[in-house]
Amino acid sequence: MALCEVLPGFLCKFPAFSDNSIRMARKSIDDGFKALVRSYIDIIDAAVQPLQVFLNFLERLFVTSPWPIILLAMLAIVYFGSRNIRITIGTALSMLAIGLLGLWNDTMVTLAMVTVCTFIAIIIGIPIGILMARSDRVQSFVNPVLDVMQTMPSFVYLIPVVMIFGIGKVPGLIAVVIYAVPPMIRLTNLGIRLVDKEVLEAADAFGSSSWQRLKNVQIPLALPTIMAGINQTIMMSLAMVVVASMVGVGGLGKNVLQAINNQFFTVGFLNGFALVAIAIIFDRTSQAYGRRLQKHSEVIHG
Amino acid sequence: MASHAIEVKNLYKIFGPNGKAFVEQVKNGLGKAELNEKHGHVLGLQNINISMPAGGVMVVMGLSGSGKSTLIRHINRLIDPTAGEVLYDGVDVCKMNENDLREFRRHKTAMVFQKFALLPHRTVIENTVYGLEIQGVPDGESRKRAQGWIERVGLKGFENHYPNQLSGGMQQRVGLARALTNDADILLMDEAYSALDPLIRVDMQTVLLDLQKELKKTVVFITHDLDEALRLGDKIAILRDGKVVQQGTGQEIVLNPADEYITAFVKEVNRGRVIHVETIMSPLSGNPQGVPITVGTALESAARMMTMAKVSVAHVVDVNGKPLGSVDLSAIISAMVTPVSHERQAA
Ligand SMILES: Nc1ncnc2c1ncn2[C@@H]1O[C@H](COP(=O)(O)OP(=O)(O)OP(=O)(O)O)[C@@H](O)[C@H]1O
Ligand SMILES: [Mg+2]
Repeated sequence: MALCEVLPGFLCKFPAFSDNSIRMARKSIDDGFKALVRSYIDIIDAAVQPLQVFLNFLERLFVTSPWPIILLAMLAIVYFGSRNIRITIGTALSMLAIGLLGLWNDTMVTLAMVTVCTFIAIIIGIPIGILMARSDRVQSFVNPVLDVMQTMPSFVYLIPVVMIFGIGKVPGLIAVVIYAVPPMIRLTNLGIRLVDKEVLEAADAFGSSSWQRLKNVQIPLALPTIMAGINQTIMMSLAMVVVASMVGVGGLGKNVLQAINNQFFTVGFLNGFALVAIAIIFDRTSQAYGRRLQKHSEVIHG
Repeated sequence: MASHAIEVKNLYKIFGPNGKAFVEQVKNGLGKAELNEKHGHVLGLQNINISMPAGGVMVVMGLSGSGKSTLIRHINRLIDPTAGEVLYDGVDVCKMNENDLREFRRHKTAMVFQKFALLPHRTVIENTVYGLEIQGVPDGESRKRAQGWIERVGLKGFENHYPNQLSGGMQQRVGLARALTNDADILLMDEAYSALDPLIRVDMQTVLLDLQKELKKTVVFITHDLDEALRLGDKIAILRDGKVVQQGTGQEIVLNPADEYITAFVKEVNRGRVIHVETIMSPLSGNPQGVPITVGTALESAARMMTMAKVSVAHVVDVNGKPLGSVDLSAIISAMVTPVSHERQAA
């Protein structure tokens, strides 16, 4: 205090721009952004239309099919993915519990959402990861963007998403993908960069084109790491669907949100556990599948 | 189709971000150690001039770190030179564009790697067909060709194993089969036999010699084993600190080592297998005596022939049977045990 009496004012209170000029700047940026969105609204709508269709189709398929069919299909996928009877039984038990507690439909909605998000994250993430691995320039440019995407509080980028796409499932989906795609990109990049240089040299020595090199050597050898990326992406999508329910995504996340607003302790936890159950099923299955892909490295000689 | 010679001309390789800047200084005598200490660049190769015989085996030797792998990688341009050229059939490999280089690698070269460099996610047979697959040869045919070589290198029954289920020597033979399946004019073999046991090693040397008799490929063969070098090499070059210290036929190098480095290198060699009879024959005096021995026969074989025939004197004849000189058993034996030419030079 005493110090501030002798020091000039601008050292004590940070000399911010005047409230007025900040308000002006903020307003013009917001207005400009809104105007921009408004003038491209048709294009934006057309662009996200396929997503909407895909998501609706999957959601309807999951929700309207008889539950035994869905359950059997799920168990088949889990079993053939993991080849592990314990994981399969665990899946069966948790899905039955979810059904008994009346959360089946909400779970199906969430499942459809996570499936589409993961799918899109893979389609976007792997090519970007490959580009990043091929060029240090791209890497030094993409990395900071990923840092921002991962550390920016997820609520914050709901704002531009809502401004551009409005409220609804598709904006939620886009928010989830933005949140979940960074590990996909990073781990694809990492996996390709870690491929043994000697093996790549051999591929070159036999005259591989860069596509052949990618397809025959880099992708197969990076696959375990890429699988880890897919696993991470799924986990992050599941975490983000709760947040995305704020912009109109249904399913378990919406129940959790309502439970928070109304202090429904039991409902909140039941839905939370349903999310955890799905997460564990996805995680164990994709990890077991990833391990099976590495069969060639089972026996190790010096 | 006959292979062509490979001409390496004035080749320099300086590893580091700014290698080109130091070529002049290296030409003016800047050494490997100094370049590394003062400028942080590694001198890989300096002023290499080697003419590798067409359809013959060129052996490259040298201690660890002398630049052998660096040199062989220039021939298919896995490494770009800092200066100089590598000519094959009159074309400078180092100036080819991406497409030509790819075609050159696909159809003219095949390589065996020091550290095997197999594709770990592919089985033995899938590794072996790799070169042909890249060229777009139909699967059935490439598998048939690969199968032949897998059997020839003694890996029948292991076709569907993954590399890390095999021992080091077996992996090396997969690398060998992979290169041979490619059926290219140039075979680059970077310590291709180093992980093999002595029996298989001799067998693989025979494979290479048989292949040479039939197909006359241009082979570049790196080895640490002088006996192997002498058995296989039509020509041998010895590297030290990225420089060629001596090159010539095996006999030339054994008989006239250029300096102490090479003398040390050739000291332990089995001279009886390297030195030819005509090198130590004395002029004919009177009629040719004993058994005829053709020019080019190694001392060891000559001694064996004379012992079998129970004679102690023999005469050397040229390929047409014309007598050229005579040798006796004691001269042969003394040439096998003492470095004749060194003493002669010293005297
Ligand atoms: N990529 C590189 N960057 C920097 N220096 C290198 C590189 N590759 C090789 N060198 C250096 O070049 C020199 C020659 O290496 P090279 O691998 O050709 O040796 P070599 O004769 O094959 O040895 P070895 O018998 O152990 O295989 C060494 O001093 C090595 O440190
Ligand atoms: Mg080497």
